[in-house]
Parts: sequence; structure tokens; C-alpha cells
Amino acid sequence: MSRTIATSDQKPKPRPGIVGGHTLSMHVNNQPGVLMRICQVFARRAYNIDSLVVSQGRDPRFSRLTLGISGDPAGLDQIIKQCAKLVDVIHCTEHTPADAVVRDMVLVKVRAEGGERRTEVLQIIEHFGGKTVDLTENSMIARIEGDSEKVDSAIRLLSNYEIIETVRTGKVVMARGEQPT
Amino acid sequence: MPKEQLDGAQALIKTLDELGIEYIFGYSGGAALPIFDALETVKSNIKFVLTRHEQGATHMADGYARATGKPAVVLVTSGPGAGNTITGIMTAQMDSVPMIVITGQQVTWMLGKDAFQEADIFGITIPVVKHNYLVRDTNDLPRIAREAHYIATTGRPGPVLIDVPKNVSQSPFAGELNAAIDLPGYQPDEAFDIDEESVEQAARLIAMSRRPVILAGHGAMIAGAEKELMHLATTLGCPVTNTLLGKGAFPETHALSLGMLGMHGTAYANKALCECDLILNVGSRFDDRIIGQADKFGANAKIIHIDIDPSEMNKMIRPDVQIVGDAKAALKLLSSHLKPLDTADWLAHLDGYKKKFPLSYKKQGGLRMQQVLDELFDLTKGKAIVTTDVGQHQMWAAQFYRSDASWNFISSGGAGTMGFGFPAAIGAQFARPKDIVVAVVGDGGFQMTLCELATAVVNKLPVIVLVLNNHYLGMVRQWQELFFDNRESGVDLDGNPDFAKLAEAYGATGLTLKRPADIRKRLEEALKARKKGPVVINAECIKTENVFPMIPAGAALESMLIEPPKHKMEKPVGST
Repeated sequence: MSRTIATSDQKPKPRPGIVGGHTLSMHVNNQPGVLMRICQVFARRAYNIDSLVVSQGRDPRFSRLTLGISGDPAGLDQIIKQCAKLVDVIHCTEHTPADAVVRDMVLVKVRAEGGERRTEVLQIIEHFGGKTVDLTENSMIARIEGDSEKVDSAIRLLSNYEIIETVRTGKVVMARGEQPT
Repeated sequence: MPKEQLDGAQALIKTLDELGIEYIFGYSGGAALPIFDALETVKSNIKFVLTRHEQGATHMADGYARATGKPAVVLVTSGPGAGNTITGIMTAQMDSVPMIVITGQQVTWMLGKDAFQEADIFGITIPVVKHNYLVRDTNDLPRIAREAHYIATTGRPGPVLIDVPKNVSQSPFAGELNAAIDLPGYQPDEAFDIDEESVEQAARLIAMSRRPVILAGHGAMIAGAEKELMHLATTLGCPVTNTLLGKGAFPETHALSLGMLGMHGTAYANKALCECDLILNVGSRFDDRIIGQADKFGANAKIIHIDIDPSEMNKMIRPDVQIVGDAKAALKLLSSHLKPLDTADWLAHLDGYKKKFPLSYKKQGGLRMQQVLDELFDLTKGKAIVTTDVGQHQMWAAQFYRSDASWNFISSGGAGTMGFGFPAAIGAQFARPKDIVVAVVGDGGFQMTLCELATAVVNKLPVIVLVLNNHYLGMVRQWQELFFDNRESGVDLDGNPDFAKLAEAYGATGLTLKRPADIRKRLEEALKARKKGPVVINAECIKTENVFPMIPAGAALESMLIEPPKHKMEKPVGST
């Protein structure tokens, strides 16, 4: 049986000296244990992994990782070099929105029991270019994608209604133009 | 004739033999049975040394590597056997020492089921290895052994662990013994491709300097850059200081040498660092023991940092010029740009410091570790391989046993591992049987690994163990005296055995030294007795002597205490 705990939409408390929003992209060997090595580099230096997307690359020997991280900005350069130094890491690069396309996706399950409320929820979803991917008498699941700020705004507006749960992919990035990621 | 059928373990031993592995230090156990059997069934040049504890095996492999530059192999069983190697692996990783550790493991289908002597040694060791493997396919063993050797010995060296489940080692081998390595994420050859622009920039800074200092670290030695370093120093007329692990990269008895810098370095080295206008760091990672307070280190100097590991750049110190790459290759490039500097005034100034603040000690009032080490240096003409534990004796050994050649001073620097010295001396003695090897240890550290006396006796090793016995954890006591109102806590080693008698019980020679007048005699006796096997000298030293100079942890080099302070000291807050 799954355990249910009370959750809320509170913003995380600001932590002094900690800056979030950094996005790293890594090309790594597709093997058990590789993620453990990478996570230890961050944990030891008190960096938090805010989002993590891993998937097999076109060449199945390798995987592509996108990490959203927060921590002391003075240590970021070190973190990147420490990751790049791992034998299993082919390369590790930081990307900013200026040099890369960033996409994030959320599935939001909202309680919407008919009538006006339901129409309002549908309007918000439509405004953000989202889609309803599941619809029942009492609830619906919306899929909204875009950059992380857009996804944040959509969730904020929908939270005026009753959000049952959200599941978010976390950021994926790709370098713009012909630059490799 | 049909090809002989090998099992995985045999393929592994054959590969290690082909890689030129000379020694395996280890301890047997259930999960490693097939590999131990392969040591008997495969004809090879590998010699196996049975230790008395797995930690001892790792320090022996470490001592072997630091005496030769070549890796040895550690072979242990799963679970506790593997767990006992961690301190030794961490020690090697912190000091960039090549090592291959092979651990037996439960059979693959029992992994994750809390089977007998199962430990996730792959997961446990990730933070303390350069790389590690859990082998799941018998046919991968030779490739992985080759990769482990390649990773351990190239670039910035380090330990590599291979975890081998029992079914993987005992299954028939059907792969390729010469399988090529496949490491797309590891390109150590890039270290020989030095950025010429950085070198030219460095040369311009050097040309403008009037008060330069070269800082030689372990990296200079690992790269084999001793000749280039000598050429650089003598061409420029530049004084050289060295780190603890850099002892020998530049001869410490040379007129241009300032000896070791840092927390317990020479006063003149530290003063030179404070007053210089240029620091040329060749293969040191700017450890916290040498920089003190990072933002005050070299505040008035241009800093050039040569390091093979890009992640060392800007880690502790922001250099003016970064040269990422092999120290030898970098110095070779640099040498073509160099002209003699006008450093006569600077050298005369530093000579003044050498005369004013020499390393010294009192010769009256009991036996001092400094005097024992000073006389050991004279008697062996500085040619012995000296290994140490960690603490006061280590710092005095570094100060008084000056090193003129690489690979002769073997000490746990980064990890600060007590119990390292004696097993490391065993490894060094195996590596260089003709050399005099002296393990300089404290009474605390020696008791952590002294079970290896059996290993030394069985192998008739002519190793000398010099126990500098003050019945204290002396360095901690020194801190308690200086910073904690002399409140002694957890430092009194009441209950020490008579180390000379203990040595005799193991079948080694035991000697006792109590008076300064007997130092030379006792050391000569030891040098004679070693021909029969290991010798332990129990040197009963003054209990409460302190090491100076001293820079309190995290303080700037300017805060160096050359002699005992007359006022109460603040507790250090930076570093430990």
C-alpha cells in the first residue's frame, strides 16, 4: 500500500549563499553505478540536485544526463571539473538559457467537478498551450511543457483550484545552433 | 593441441603477469578462493605475500609503489576483507599512488540479498578510488584488469578496485586475453599537450621576478621532472621549497633548497613564501597544510600553477597562470624561454634566515626524536628509504631526514594515516631489497599495524623499525598543550608493551635506546642485525617535546611560531 502524506505548494525557504538554476549536461557511460559516482560529487560539496533526467543516448553505450542544481556558486567550476574527471564521464558542460533550449514538462492532476470551475481550469491549460490527457467526472490530468518558468506559472495558477498531485520531468537542455550539447 | 581451458581467475592472473605485476599483497578468504587457486595453477612471475591484516596489504602495495613508481596488487576476500582495505585505499587516493585492489565477492545471484560476507564494496569505495569495477562477466576480466592498470598508472595516479564475484572468477573463460581497453571518458595523453600560450605567459612573469620561489610537489616526482626542476632552479638562480610528498624532487641538501614548507616546515621556507614576488608551483595541490589561510597565501606574489589535474586549478588558490599538464612536459617547454634572473640579493636575504632560524633542538635533558633522526641521517648519509606514520615523529623526520632523491621518503600526507609507516616499509623493502629501509613510527601508529612483524620476519626482510616512543599521541597532546590549556584528553598511551621484547617474541631483533649518547651505537647495531631479519628499536624519548616551527591550522604563514609561544593561543578554526 502506498503511504500518503500532506504536501503543499510552498516555495522552498531561501538558503543563504545558495544559488539555484544551474543546468549541467553530461554525456556518460551507460552502466550501473555511474549515477552513484556523479551524485556523490554533488552531495559531498553540499550541492542539491533539483532535477535529474537520464536516458540512453542514440549510441546505447552512452547516456545523456541533464541536472538542475543549486549550491554555492563559487564551487560550481570545481563541481564541473570533478564530474568531468570521472572515468565514466565523457564530458560535462554548463548551459545557460542564452546558449541552450531548455524544456520541462509537468503532469498536473486537478479536481474539477463540472460547471464553471471545470471551464476555468480548461482555459488555463489552453492558455499555457497544454493538453488534457485524462478526463473523468471529478478530475483531469493536464500536460504542460515549456521552459521551467512557464511550467512554474501554470502550476501556480492551477493551484487556485484543487491540485491532487503533480509529476514533473525536470529540465532537459540542448545547445542552440550547431554547438554540441 | 587443444587450447588450455582457463577459468576467469586464471585469465586474471595471466593478465596481471603480462602487465608486469611483481607483487600481490593479500589475505585469503572464501570468495577469493578461485583467485588464490589461480596463483598456484598459473605459471607467472608474480610473488604473493601473505600479510596479517588487509590494511597492511594496502599499505605494503602503497610503499612498493612509492619506492618504485610502479603499482602492486592487493588481493583480499569479500565483506570484512574488502572493508579492511578502505583506509589503505583512501591513503593511496589522497596521495595519488597507483594501486590495484582485487576483492572477492559473493556470487552474482546473491548480491543484494545480505549473503554471507557480502558487502557492497563497489558502492562503499566510490569516494576513495580513482575508479572501480564490479565484474559481472568472466570474459571481461582481462580487459578490466588492463583498464585498471592503465587508469591507476597514468595521468594523476590513484587506486582502482576490481570486485570479482566468485562465480565470475571460477567460470570458464571464453574471451580474449589481449582484449583492448575501452575508456572513451579517460584521455590521460592530453596531459602532454601543453598550452604554449600559458607557458609563454608564465615565462613573462618569471622574467619580471626578483624574488621567485619554486614550490615542488609530489607531481614533479611522479612526472619524473627532477632534472628539469634542477635545470630550472639553477638557470634562474631560484630557491626551491618542497612539500612533504615532494621531498626528494629537488635535493634538500642543495644550496638552493629551502626544505619543506608549511605547518611544520622550515622558518626560512615559510618566510620566503611570505616575502616572494613569484610562486612557481610544480605539481603540488596547494594543500591546506602548506597554504594556511588561503586568501593571504602569496598575496603579494604572482602564482603559476602546474598540475596534471585540471580540477586542482582554482580549488584552493587562484593562480595568475594555469598550466594543466604533465610537470616534465611543462618544464621542458618552459625551459626554452628562460634566462638567469638577478636573484643575488634575494638568495643572500634567505641565507640570512637560514642562519638566523635553523632547525635545531637541545642535546641535553633526555632523548629527543630530532636527535635520533638527525644521527640516523648522518649514519645512513641520507640514502635510506624512510617511511613514517603520522604525527610529531613524522614532522621531525621530514625536517631532519633530508631527501636528496625521489622515492626515498614515504609518508601518508593527505590522509594522515597512522599505522602506515611499518607496512609501507615492508612494501618498499620488497621493492628495493638492497636499500636500507627504516620505518620511523610512533608508539601509537606502530600498534595499529604491528601484526605485520610476522610478515616481515617470515620474509626475512632487513627492515628497521625505529619506534620513537613517547608514550603519548604526541601531536594531539601538543595541540592540547598549546590550544586547550594543556588539558590532556585521550592521548596517554599508558599500557604500551616493551616493543623490543615484543619484537623478540615475533622472532625479530629487539633493541632499546634510552640515552642520547647511545644513539649512534644502537643504530649501528640495528644496521648490522638487519642482515638476519627485521629489527625493532624502541627509543624511549622525552614525553612532552613539541614540534616547531608551527603555523596554527588555517592561520596565515606570517603567524608562524618559531619557538614555543609565551602567551595563550586562540583555538585554530581553519582546517583541522
